[in-house]
Amino acid sequence: MSIDTAPTASATALDATSGTATRRDILHRLLMTLGPILIALIIAGFILLAVGVDPLAYYGFVLEKGLFSPLGIQQTLTRMAPLLFLAAGLIVAFRAGMWNLGGDGQFLLGAVTAAASAPVLVQIMPSWLALTFSFLIAMAVAMIWSLIPALLRAYQGVNEIITTLMMTFLGTSLANVLVKLMFRDPSTTVPQTRTLPVEDRLPRLFETTITSGLLLGLAAIIIVHLVMTRTAFGLKLRIVGANPRAAVHAGLGVSGLTVTVFAISAGLAGLAGAVDIIGVQGNVRADWNPAYGLAVIPAVFLARMNGFAAIGFVFLLSVLSIGGESAARRLGVPNHFTLVLVSIVLIVLALAEYVDHRYNQSRKA
Amino acid sequence: MTGLFSEVFLSALLFGAVTAAIPLLLAGLGEQMSEKAGVLNIGIEGMMLAGAYLGFVGAFYSGSLWLGFLTGAAGGVAVAMIMALLCVRIGLNQIVIGIALTLGLEGLTALLHHFQFSRSYPRLPAADATIIPLLSDIPVIGPAFFKHHLIVYLAVALVFGMGYLYRRTQLGLNLQAAGDKPAALDVAGIDVIRTRTIAVLTTGALAGLGGAYLANVGAGLFIPFITNGAGFLGIVLAMLARGRPVWVLFGALLFGVCLSLTTAMQVAGINIPTDVIQMLPFLAVMIMLVLFGRRASLPAALGIPYERGAR
Repeated sequence: MSIDTAPTASATALDATSGTATRRDILHRLLMTLGPILIALIIAGFILLAVGVDPLAYYGFVLEKGLFSPLGIQQTLTRMAPLLFLAAGLIVAFRAGMWNLGGDGQFLLGAVTAAASAPVLVQIMPSWLALTFSFLIAMAVAMIWSLIPALLRAYQGVNEIITTLMMTFLGTSLANVLVKLMFRDPSTTVPQTRTLPVEDRLPRLFETTITSGLLLGLAAIIIVHLVMTRTAFGLKLRIVGANPRAAVHAGLGVSGLTVTVFAISAGLAGLAGAVDIIGVQGNVRADWNPAYGLAVIPAVFLARMNGFAAIGFVFLLSVLSIGGESAARRLGVPNHFTLVLVSIVLIVLALAEYVDHRYNQSRKA
Repeated sequence: MTGLFSEVFLSALLFGAVTAAIPLLLAGLGEQMSEKAGVLNIGIEGMMLAGAYLGFVGAFYSGSLWLGFLTGAAGGVAVAMIMALLCVRIGLNQIVIGIALTLGLEGLTALLHHFQFSRSYPRLPAADATIIPLLSDIPVIGPAFFKHHLIVYLAVALVFGMGYLYRRTQLGLNLQAAGDKPAALDVAGIDVIRTRTIAVLTTGALAGLGGAYLANVGAGLFIPFITNGAGFLGIVLAMLARGRPVWVLFGALLFGVCLSLTTAMQVAGINIPTDVIQMLPFLAVMIMLVLFGRRASLPAALGIPYERGAR
């Protein structure tokens, strides 16, 4: 039994391929995205005023540090890498009508296995091969982790929202146990895994600090988008998502496809963890949990599960989080304000989409 | 090790289990009502946080625990009103709004806490217990179950009240219909939007109360992110209980024992990472699902906004 949260979303899932966007369409979309963001910034500004911070100074910092300063934009683009992988995984699952809400658990297990394997592997083989293996191991572990919810959903009809949520709690704890007991670096006092030397990490792009993981993430989400919209396999998944019963009658092996969808979705979440560790962090500290998944889920919905739109939203999330972190340090506003800002942006964007939809309907009628 | 299984230790363990279970129970009961009425309320974590913060503020400044519970429930309702307006009345995506509300309240309560309490970290005095005569004299069980704050007994009574509501009252049937076949309810002349709004606001009140209990009685103070996933646990409990309030109670107690065990092991100086024990309840439930996994009996219209005349 699947839960269809948005009839409009499943309807657009099938006709996403038809019709090429005209220039006016794109302009309209851009306006309907930037307008709400501006409104959200104003609303959030009142909260800043209420706690005694100058909103203009704050937003100035966010823009400067998240977008316009060379170092800031590089950090923003680096932050995008894991988010893109997560978004790609969610697009596959959501378009197939499966609510994989276990992204954070899959992400952390992928991160921990990558952090455990990479420093060992680089000592016995060339580093490009070692990193490839680490990526594959992280992906495999996350896939295996998703197997229980997938099988339960496919063959027992157990709702995947419950199972993936529980598996994410389990996965977060298991990741901590692994860091503290199995993969702990004996040479440090703080519980963390062994650190991957900087020179063995994913190369940086050109002369910048941007991780090349960004390219991997962009490739992942574009491939996912094309597979979902342009291939027979993608069409099958979208049919399962739009109407599982009809899919059975159309002769599709829904159980097998369900397990495949979970494997792809979790595998991409595992890769997200790996790309963050191998590209940026270098190790996993105990109790580390950035909880990216929670912010990416609504972003993917707002992007209507469209890969290219998702890239835009992920970029926005990254600007806000990197800019917010810098502004927090300078202006003494705790980083928590970023959460408030992201939340208001999401709500206003959702509202704007509704208003736009209503307007179009009344114009047609 | 002998001290570990002594009477005192055991009753302290069970006492802690009940204390840990109450917020989960309230959240689970609330979520259950929303889900029955067809609203998947993922914002419940945010409602609990609002309840925890405002509940603490209310109790701290007034000195009255009951006033704290009241402000906590009001905080939950305030967040639920946003949810009801956006997801029930105008039918926005429940997952987007739910997660957005959770993120926002996480940030907002942490922010307010930073400017208000982060220098002093004030604490509330220990909650005074209502001791039930006779029953509280039973060894082990007495001190564990019958020496709690009055609200604990009320919460347990609510389980049975909910059971009565769902099975014996018109409102209970309306709620069920709003989740299973909203169009039929509409044809019968009952406002679906109104029924669902009642459900969501009740969820907010219960979640807020749960959060206030967590901060005021459980911890005695407010810290950012204090709920730590309790709302999501409530969602899990509500879904596992398949519409039966009493199963929410059993589930909440199971999770409560494991949470309490975590603290107890630390006190006893046993050197197992707390993460291992935190995994236990989830493992137990997953194993149960693998062994007895049956088709979930969720309301047919769960998560779908109701629009009159839509296909």
